[in-house]
Amino acid sequence: MKFLDEFRDAAVVHALIGQIRATITRPWTIMEVCGGQTHTIVRYGLDELLPREVALVHGPGCPVCVTPIEMIDLAIELSNRPEITLCSFGDMLRVPGSTRDLFDARAAGGDVRVVYSPLDALELARREPIREVVFFAVGFETTAPTTAMVVHQAARLKVPNFSVIAAHVRVPPAIEAILCSDENRVQGFLAAGHVCTVMGIDEYRPLVEKFKVPIIVTGFEPVDLLQGVAMCVAQLEEGRAEVENQYARSVKNEGNIAARDLMAEVFTFVDRRWRGFATLPKSALALSDRYAAYDAIRRFGLTQTRANEPIECRAGEVLRGLLKPPQCPAFGNSCTPDHPLGAPMVSTEGACAAYFRAGRLAAAATEAK
Amino acid sequence: MSAPHRNGAPASLGCPLSARKGEVIVLGHGSGGRLTAELVSRVFLPALSNPLLDRLNDSAAVKVGASRVVFTTDSFVVNPLRFPGGDIGSLAVNGTVNDLAVTGGQPIGLSAAFILEEGFPIVELEAIVQSMRTAADRAGVSVIAADTKVVERGKADGLFITTSGIGIVAGKIELGAERIQVGDAVLVSGPIGDHGIAVMSAREGLEFQTTTISDSAPLNGLVSEMLESGGAIRCMRDATRGGVATVVNELAKSSGVEILIEEAAVPVRDGVRAACEILGLDPLYVACEGRLVAITHSGASDQVLAAMRRHPLGSDSRRIGVVTRSATSRVLLRTAFGTTRLLDVLDGAQLPRIC
Repeated sequence: MKFLDEFRDAAVVHALIGQIRATITRPWTIMEVCGGQTHTIVRYGLDELLPREVALVHGPGCPVCVTPIEMIDLAIELSNRPEITLCSFGDMLRVPGSTRDLFDARAAGGDVRVVYSPLDALELARREPIREVVFFAVGFETTAPTTAMVVHQAARLKVPNFSVIAAHVRVPPAIEAILCSDENRVQGFLAAGHVCTVMGIDEYRPLVEKFKVPIIVTGFEPVDLLQGVAMCVAQLEEGRAEVENQYARSVKNEGNIAARDLMAEVFTFVDRRWRGFATLPKSALALSDRYAAYDAIRRFGLTQTRANEPIECRAGEVLRGLLKPPQCPAFGNSCTPDHPLGAPMVSTEGACAAYFRAGRLAAAATEAK
Repeated sequence: MSAPHRNGAPASLGCPLSARKGEVIVLGHGSGGRLTAELVSRVFLPALSNPLLDRLNDSAAVKVGASRVVFTTDSFVVNPLRFPGGDIGSLAVNGTVNDLAVTGGQPIGLSAAFILEEGFPIVELEAIVQSMRTAADRAGVSVIAADTKVVERGKADGLFITTSGIGIVAGKIELGAERIQVGDAVLVSGPIGDHGIAVMSAREGLEFQTTTISDSAPLNGLVSEMLESGGAIRCMRDATRGGVATVVNELAKSSGVEILIEEAAVPVRDGVRAACEILGLDPLYVACEGRLVAITHSGASDQVLAAMRRHPLGSDSRRIGVVTRSATSRVLLRTAFGTTRLLDVLDGAQLPRIC
């Protein structure tokens, strides 16, 4: 298939592995930011092919994984109200809140529906004007433009029974938080290509200057990831720290200007606590005052109470690259995709789920020894 | 009640405990994957256990006089009722015919039970029943018993159909997962995932243009050709819900062997691959309704493959894997890069990804 097969070509993959082997002289720790990248690495066993010196750690870029528990509790609370239809992406329905998830809320009688696009939720609101339709909007800068578009359209069409819980978050504050941490061991980043397709690459330049780490904007196919690793290793070995764009077939320096303009109109930056992190300044997107009428939190007078977190799940350390999923005592024991304790075990982009599905082999081999 | 904090760690580092599922049925219990298996072993087998049911085969075989009779049942709740390449009627016939066929049974009769929702258009019912007739004729079987129930509007999704079937197994045929041996070959009868993608392309809210049509078809003719080829076939399964990955896992589990699948050898049409890329699905877990997986003696695989390829429903058959070890029940997948990973059963339903 065009645009896919060439990026999964075994000969190219092995050539890139050879190139990395020829360049590397010492151990380096590199974080791939996006859960989609983690998924590719584990699915294709790229970590098996890489030389021992390259330690890939998995980043926080799984949108459902970092959505704070309080927001999930709010969504569940809304879904309990008889007049409300709550819509979200399928992944989001299985993420545990304080006591249950949205699938449980649906099984208990809540009107919870899976949509594939926010526009479907708006369409539902127009089709069923007596229902209050709430879209639970999660995701990084990749999905934020479609939420911005749907809020903009709802305002333009004056749809009175539509609102969103905006739980969108931004990548650069998370990278900064990781780099600021005393426990950080990440020496280079593979940034999430699709986020940069929207936002461009200029946001990453101040990080490179401040922290002297290479950041390679990287795609999602095996060849993309290995090329990203090769570029990162080359910079590290040469002592350079620059922003480079591996994913140039999709990412322009300035990003998608129309999408950015729309996001700037609809959203405003706010501080938010992430799952696995502390409160990160200006790390989230909330609806701006101009669109307050479409903000479900304001419309329904919701207050966020701080939810408690349990002892067993160590997703926070996984999301900050401090722990590999199989190193968590709950992994595969009390925490499985059927009964997830934490969001990374739920999503197809979650590092724990990726390891559980594909990586248990390595764990089994270790046990056998 | 709140969960305790980990000693000394800030509250933000963890994530919450979910209530254990199991109190109520969730959609994942119907996905054919791990949750379905859990339901079967926790609820159905303890109450209904007997040597025939416990084998968990597609059909149960019973001796009636000198004959071996196979019996099976299946419910169909597909949404939408019509999809490219079929509808719920043809699916209900083919599904039960196939469950009989893969256990070596030639179907001799089907029953069909209809649960109809108040308000369902009769003209649509007529079309679906006509489609059942066409499918039954194609499979060379008749619907010999039927039942109808109507429920209030809102109590069913238009129409549900349950079909049951009986078949006769010819004298010499011996099939079963317990016959699988190390070195055996794993065959698949054609490109996988066509049915699942065809249905999804027609589903409300997800409509996308595709040329993919469902593979729904009766496999009894193909199975006859395979059995007549004389090659040593150990067992067969039709790869429905949960796809080829799930079926191969079931075989590995019930025979206690390790199976290695070569990813590059698995036939997948471009249209299915493209749709799976867009939706974030793995074709190995996407449903088929007219494909079977067969395990044969390694020396017989060419002979069986040749027979399969002579039949129109098996013209794209491939050898996709091998039974590698005994005493360990799992399925491994070798990627095109030579790396190996576990090919596990599906957990709950496959969910389209966010970005």
